[in-house]
Amino acid sequence: MAVPTPPAAQHDRGLPAPPAGLKAWLTSPAPASRTQARLGRFYRGWRGFVRNPAAMAGFVIVLLLLVVAASADLIATHSPTVAGDLRTERLLPPGGEFWLGTDDQARDIWSRIVHGSRVTLVVVLLVSVISMPVGLAVGTVSGYAGGVVDAVLMRITDIFLAFPRLVLALAFVAALGPGIENAIIAIAITAWPPYARLARAEALQLRGADFIAAAKLQGASPLRIVAVHIVPMCMPSVIVRVTLDMAGVILIAAGLGFLGLGAQPPQPEWGAMVASGRRFLIDQWWVAAMPGAAIFIVSLGFNLLGDGLRDVLDPKAAER
Amino acid sequence: MSAENAAGTPPLLDVKNLSVRYPLRSGVVEAVRGVSFVLGRERLGIVGESGSGKSQTGRAILGLTPQPGIVAADRLRFDGIDLLSLPPREMRRLRGRRISMVMQDPKYSLNPVMTVGAQIVEACRVQKLAGGRAAKDRALDMLAAVKIDDPRRVFGLYPHELSGGMGQRAMIAMMLVGEPDLLIADEPTSALDVTIQLEVLKILDELVATRGMGLVFISHDLRLVASFCDRVLVMYGGRIVEEVAAARLGEAGHPYTRGLLGSAPRLSGSVHPLPVLERDPAWLA
Repeated sequence: MAVPTPPAAQHDRGLPAPPAGLKAWLTSPAPASRTQARLGRFYRGWRGFVRNPAAMAGFVIVLLLLVVAASADLIATHSPTVAGDLRTERLLPPGGEFWLGTDDQARDIWSRIVHGSRVTLVVVLLVSVISMPVGLAVGTVSGYAGGVVDAVLMRITDIFLAFPRLVLALAFVAALGPGIENAIIAIAITAWPPYARLARAEALQLRGADFIAAAKLQGASPLRIVAVHIVPMCMPSVIVRVTLDMAGVILIAAGLGFLGLGAQPPQPEWGAMVASGRRFLIDQWWVAAMPGAAIFIVSLGFNLLGDGLRDVLDPKAAER
Repeated sequence: MSAENAAGTPPLLDVKNLSVRYPLRSGVVEAVRGVSFVLGRERLGIVGESGSGKSQTGRAILGLTPQPGIVAADRLRFDGIDLLSLPPREMRRLRGRRISMVMQDPKYSLNPVMTVGAQIVEACRVQKLAGGRAAKDRALDMLAAVKIDDPRRVFGLYPHELSGGMGQRAMIAMMLVGEPDLLIADEPTSALDVTIQLEVLKILDELVATRGMGLVFISHDLRLVASFCDRVLVMYGGRIVEEVAAARLGEAGHPYTRGLLGSAPRLSGSVHPLPVLERDPAWLA
C-alpha cells in the first residue's frame, strides 16, 4: 500500500502503513504486527463494553469508589472519627456545613462514608485474595486426583455450601471474636466453595486432555501438572465468578457490621453506620439512609461491572 | 531376529506376553492379548486397524494405561529395568528422559495457554535438565533441530498460531529435548496433511538416526511404515498376527496382512470388486 506513513505506525518495524487515524489503525482487518492485533482485540472488547450502558455505569461506579477511597483524606470535609460539638452538631439534617448531615455522635456522615469506602474495598480485595486461591486449589486437586480425594474434598465443600453464607460467616465471627479482620476471614471461609466447584468442573474436563497426557509423558508429577497446566486454564472462569461475587461480599460485610460483628466503632463501616442510625430512622432518616444508599450503589456497581465483564470475556456470550 | 544381542547386553525393550484388560460393567475388554517383541536401537513399526491394540501397547510400555485398565506381562523390561514393578516416582523419572512419546494431534497435545517455548522449557525443568537461560537455549536448539526456520519467533507463539506440521515439529522437539533412548510415536502424522507427513517423518527419521534412539512407530498406514521402519509387527484383535522385515512386506504370509496390502489403493488399473478385509475368528484364538 502506498499510503503515507502516519506517526502512529512508525514503531511498526516498517511494515505496511495503516490508514491514518488511531481508530482505523486499531480496527484494521489486517494488523501488521502482533502488538497491533492484540491492541485491536482489546479495543474491540472495550467498544463492546462501552456499548453496554449498564456495564459502563457499573464501571463508572467502581472507578468512582476507587477514586474516593484513594483520595479520602482530600474529599472528606471532617474527621470520620472525631466527634463535633455534641450540643449543637448532633443529628443535623443534610445542609451546607454537613453535606449529608451528622449522626448521633455529631460526626459528619459524608466524611464517614468516604472513609468507609476504604474499609469496603479492603474487605472485597482481601476476601478475593484469600478465597480464590483456596477455591482454586481445592477444586483443581479434587478434579484432577479424582477417587477418594475428590469425594472427601467435595463433601467438605458440600458441607460449607449447605449453610446460608451470612449465617455461616456469623458463626465464624462469633467464634473468632468481632472485628474487621475476623469478619474478612469469616467471609473468605464461606466464599471459596463455589470457586472450588467451578474449578473442579473445569479440571474434570481437562484431566483427559492430550496435553495433560503429554505432560505426564515428560515425567511431570501430579502436583506440577495441577499447578502448571490445570490452574491457568481454570483461572478465567473463576476470576469472572469472583467479580460477580464481590457485590455479595460487600453485602455480607455490611450485614456483619450491622449486627455489630464486623468493624468496631469508631471505625467508619457502612453496615455499622446503618445499624447506629436505626434508632433515629423515623425522625432523622439520613443517619441510616445515607450509608444504606452507599451500600446499595456500590454493590449494584460491582454487579453491573461483573455482568459486563462476563459478556466481554466470554466469546460465546458475545456472539449472541 | 535382529534384536538378539550378540554382546549379551539387554535389549532396549523386552516385552513378553503383555496383556491389557479393562474390567468394565459390561464385561472384561481385552485390548492387548499376549503381545511379545524385542526391540534394539532400531525402528519398529506396529500396524493394525482401529482397536487392534497398537496404541494400548505403546501406552502400557509408558505406564499410562488409563483407569481402570490392568496391565500384566511375563516380562516388561526397558534397558534391563522391570517397568511393571517400578514405583511411580521412578517411573516418572524414566518418562521423558529415557522413554518418550509423540502423540497424534498437536492441536490437542500442546497446552493451549502456554507458548511453545514455555512448554519446551517446562519439559526441561520437569526433567531437571536445565533451568533459566540454559533451558531457553536448549529449547531454541531443539526447535532448530526440528527444522523450524525462525526458532526465536516460534518460541513465543501459542499452539493455535502454528500450522499442524509446525505444531507436530514443536511436539517432537518437546518430546526429544530430554534425549530419550526410546521414542514411541503414536500415529504422529495421521492428523497432518499428506505433503507435510513426509517432511515430519524425514525430520523424525534424521533425529532417530543421529541420536541412535530406538523407535516404535505406531500407524495404520502399512506402506508408510514399510518405507520408514526396519521391522513391522501386524496386530489384529490385540495380538501380533505377523512379524515381517519391512523390505519383505510383499512376501508376508498371513492372510490378514495380505488382506491389508490388497486393500491399499493402486494408481494403475481399476480393481473390481473392491477388496474387503476378511476376518477369521480363528486368528484370535
